[in-house]
Amino acid sequence: MYVAVKGGERAIDNAHQWLAEERRGDPAVPELTIPQIREQMRLAVNRVMAEGSLYDPDLAALAIKQARGDLIEAVFLIRAYRTTLPRLAGSLPVDTGAMAVDRRISATFKDLPGGQVLGPTFDYTHRLLDFALMAEGATQDAPPRVGEANPMEGETRVPHVASFLNRDGLIETADASDTPPPDLTREPMELPADRALRLQALTRGDEGFVLSMAYSTQRGYGRTHAFVGELRIGTVAVEVDIPELGFAVEIGEIELTECETVNQFKGSKTEPPQFTRGYGLVMGQSERKAIAMSLVDRALRWQELGEDFTGAPAQDEEFVLMHCDNIQATGFLEHIKLPHYVDFQAELELVRKLRSEAQAMQEAAE
Amino acid sequence: MPDALLTDRQTWMATLAKAPPARLAALLPDPPTHMVLRQPEIGAVMVRGRVGATGAAFNLGEMTVTRASVRLATGEVGHAWVQGRDKGHALRAAAVDALMQTDRAADLAAQVLQPLASAAASARAGRAAKAAGTKVDFFTMVRGEDK
Repeated sequence: MYVAVKGGERAIDNAHQWLAEERRGDPAVPELTIPQIREQMRLAVNRVMAEGSLYDPDLAALAIKQARGDLIEAVFLIRAYRTTLPRLAGSLPVDTGAMAVDRRISATFKDLPGGQVLGPTFDYTHRLLDFALMAEGATQDAPPRVGEANPMEGETRVPHVASFLNRDGLIETADASDTPPPDLTREPMELPADRALRLQALTRGDEGFVLSMAYSTQRGYGRTHAFVGELRIGTVAVEVDIPELGFAVEIGEIELTECETVNQFKGSKTEPPQFTRGYGLVMGQSERKAIAMSLVDRALRWQELGEDFTGAPAQDEEFVLMHCDNIQATGFLEHIKLPHYVDFQAELELVRKLRSEAQAMQEAAE
Repeated sequence: MPDALLTDRQTWMATLAKAPPARLAALLPDPPTHMVLRQPEIGAVMVRGRVGATGAAFNLGEMTVTRASVRLATGEVGHAWVQGRDKGHALRAAAVDALMQTDRAADLAAQVLQPLASAAASARAGRAAKAAGTKVDFFTMVRGEDK
């Protein structure tokens, strides 16, 4: 129970002023600018955009600055801002086959058309602290490919790995449909959720939560035997049907990470033996999240594929979808620090009464 | 959508929408006098993806967008929907859209759209070349049984 209490106003004002001072830190150190955060803390910006569910790098950078680098607090600020925006339209589904790829790798096919393009990855770094970065030295530009022709040049489409397997009928297909998808930002999430709704919840879900759920499937709690069929990072155009014009226009470009897993599948009562797929698509360069999302997506599909429910948390739609949102979670978790004086008073009364009753019974017995 | 199927207007509207606002402002410092039909409005577009890249649509998350509409003194109406929250960007893009329907279209294409399109193309080509620089050239080690 919450009771209105007065008297905190001056304390709150002073706390906010101190917060602003602490946010700024030592005034002798130059203040961070929004472009600095946007450009140099880009993966943090990406995470705030993905979980805040709003693609706007400047706003995400502002939120990170305001939140003193607390990314969940920054996500909260973005979610709150998002609710003030009128929804002007829904886009046409983005075409990730036309992505301008920075990175594209496959763990299943060594020689995929276009090749294994590593992009700006942490993989193969030694994870040793680079003290040169402390000295604020300039970096060298990445070398472009010279000499032989760029194999991807002139290609406007980068085919998905799943399409190669599909030629032999060895993998399940995903057939296009333009039914307007359910939107959990407009209608409260209802269970059971279809796959579109699950993917919306997962892509804006907490990276740590989704990662742990995915990891649990790898350790055996709802095992899905996943290979990374393909992982790609790059930009895609966003197209919107403009009502006043009567045709679609590209209104901008966003960076996305897409992961598709290829999962071993022995067949079930309803499906033949073939490879199945898990899918992850996340705003920004968010590789860990995209891979984790595709593993959890696949684990949640047990019913559709006629697999057994083993009781694993990652197979439990309600468990995953109702707990993956870090803003819902933090809101409920942190509300218990707010005044609960009356609730606690009632608990206190109850414990005192129980104790005196127990004491009376003990005395009566003696 | 394949480029060949785009109309000229779709192409120039896309170029304007994706242009860096500062660059567009530099190329078009003095937009023509126009009446604002729809004041720049900042809102969100829900971006959709497809399940498994090819399947049913799902909601990925929103992006910020600004839209505006203008009418020139000569009557042409221009519209703009541009990524981000820059109202000047939306108004300039709408003004160019309107001007491209007048006899000044060729001038404007050369002075504004061409530089924007070639800057975007070279930025894209530069990234693609860096990506290609990180392509793995596999070679097979000599195997034991071949010796």
